[in-house]
Amino acid sequence: MQAFTTVTGTAMPLDRVDVDTDAIIPKQYLKSIKRTGFGPFLFDSWRYLDPGDLTVDPATRRPNPDFVLNDARYQGASILLARDNFGCGSSREHAVWALAGYGFKAVIAPSYADIFFNNSFKNGFLPVVLRPEEVQVLFDAVKADSKQQITVDLPQQQVRVPGTPAGDLAFGFEVDPLRKARMVRGIDEIGETLTLGDAIHAYEARRREEAPWLFSR
Amino acid sequence: MGGKTLYEKLWDAHVVAELGAGTALIYIDRHLVHEVTSPQAFEGLRLAKRAPWRRGSNVAVPDHNVPTDHRAEGMAGVKDPISRAQLQALDKNCAEYKILKFDLVDRRQGIVHIIGPEQGLVLPGMTVVCGDSHTSTNGAFGTLAVGIGTSEVEHVLATECLVQQKSKNMRVTVTGRMGVGVTPKDVILAIIGKIGTAGGTGHAIEYAGDTIRGMSMEGRMTVCNMTIEVGARAGMVAVDDTTIEYVHGRPFAPTGALWDQAVTAWRDLHSDDDARFDREVTLEAASVQPQVTWGTTPGMVVPVGGRVPDPAEAKDAAHRKAMERALQYMDLQPGTKITDIRPDKVFFGSCTNSRIEDLRAAAAVIKGRHVAPGIKQAMVVPGSGLVKKQAEDEGLDRIFRDAGFEWRDAGCSMCLGMNPDHLSPGERCASTSNRNFEGRQGAGGRTHLVSPPMAVAAALAGHFVDVRSF
Repeated sequence: MQAFTTVTGTAMPLDRVDVDTDAIIPKQYLKSIKRTGFGPFLFDSWRYLDPGDLTVDPATRRPNPDFVLNDARYQGASILLARDNFGCGSSREHAVWALAGYGFKAVIAPSYADIFFNNSFKNGFLPVVLRPEEVQVLFDAVKADSKQQITVDLPQQQVRVPGTPAGDLAFGFEVDPLRKARMVRGIDEIGETLTLGDAIHAYEARRREEAPWLFSR
Repeated sequence: MGGKTLYEKLWDAHVVAELGAGTALIYIDRHLVHEVTSPQAFEGLRLAKRAPWRRGSNVAVPDHNVPTDHRAEGMAGVKDPISRAQLQALDKNCAEYKILKFDLVDRRQGIVHIIGPEQGLVLPGMTVVCGDSHTSTNGAFGTLAVGIGTSEVEHVLATECLVQQKSKNMRVTVTGRMGVGVTPKDVILAIIGKIGTAGGTGHAIEYAGDTIRGMSMEGRMTVCNMTIEVGARAGMVAVDDTTIEYVHGRPFAPTGALWDQAVTAWRDLHSDDDARFDREVTLEAASVQPQVTWGTTPGMVVPVGGRVPDPAEAKDAAHRKAMERALQYMDLQPGTKITDIRPDKVFFGSCTNSRIEDLRAAAAVIKGRHVAPGIKQAMVVPGSGLVKKQAEDEGLDRIFRDAGFEWRDAGCSMCLGMNPDHLSPGERCASTSNRNFEGRQGAGGRTHLVSPPMAVAAALAGHFVDVRSF
């Protein structure tokens, strides 16, 4: 997995609650059997005015000028600002692949759906939870100045917003220590679990005694 | 030390290693695999030169991407070359790693969460995972069943385990008798309306109370299925006689002395009387009426006798904005009577509602009537080849066909519209599925979630109608 320590860049404000993974990457792109190539289809049905699928070159499609992803001021953003319950619905990890493929390194929101939150950590894409009022401060700052720099610092567990009209701001965030350690070091979780192979074998041996029907198929 | 919840019992029985901070390595008993979320996982396994840890735990079936017609032709009936390539990738991966798979033409093929229980591949007390958020369906059997992403699919293939954070415990207790014409689908929609689309985030939900106890396994599966729509990954019901009777005699269920041993163990799969829940929610079944969603999340739901709500009544600005946006997308005005809404299409299927009891209850509504002229398409997609066969043995297919419904082959179909069955922009659908998100059933499509009898009644009437007086 790709390591994540800090990212500094501009942020794009996506001002909607309950953004579901169907909206992040619609079903027609789930026919791909690859992990890459989803970036051009991120938020597909909000981003384009005409329909698309894997056979349509996104360069030939009509962008929706009213959607924030097509707003010239927010091009090149590496942080996504979002609202409550971001990533709800389908378990499709393609949603994280699309966000990362587009170029986002992190998302900041007051809350996430569990599966999306979990999937993010597996891909070196950091979902930061801040309090609603802190997220609001970020929305206000970024809407007032699209060039506002924001730093997401995972080792320090801090979001820093320097030089706002209210001065230099910093918000701390919580993160599970195990997930943090894996992400900072870019550890292959499967490889790490396999170092516990003896424990898995021991568990299986015990369960075969206790509950043999679980192993008959 | 207090008693344990069902979730805690299941968790404790599957801890391989404690990893600190509420995280543990959890053993997975059953891994259900389908074509959409697995190819990248198999590819990862291959690139790392790893092999499945325990082949027998894995069971695969094509469902999300399969056409619901021309089934007898097998792969040749899959006209879309991109879909076909994905289905062939599943074939190839399962052949290479010798994983049990039910092929397109196998009568046991069907929606992954239908066939697991149907075949006895999902048993009480198991941990069950699948790269699909509706894996919670399987929690009806007193299992810990959660949806996972593709990285975790690969992790389970390679290690038979998952690194999991322990959830909080929530209990939803439903009491009293459901009214005639009210179904488990209406109960779960009412629960979602009550606790909201993120009300269960971070929790495992146990459904309890005499209403749940009185439901069949199929009804309990419908309830557990939509657990993810309140943000909780796992929903579950304690094991009782109903559970054990359902499992008995299933093709992959234990037999003989092993069966007796299993049943003895399964009898303990309930929360202890003194178990502590972090959150309790109660609902009176008698208060539940047939439900219809009006918006773009499953929590945007009202009784069929109600009206489309007014954003002015929203609890805060963010919700007002979300409601306004939903109304615009759905092309609805506040105050519109639900029964004045006219669908263009009707979809009856999905892992929520496509089992034999759903088909029976919906067929009973027809009473010789015909799909209304304003309905462009009404389709019935049984959840599995075996459900389809049973329905045909009972003559239900004739009732649906005679009424003007299309009678299709098993698959996820228009629930998510990955296959050729989908809505066109602007089309409105009465659907027995689980999500009414923007574009879920097709770009620009508008979905209203309802129970099977309500969907069929809407097809016959040409507009939503209270099935209790229809």
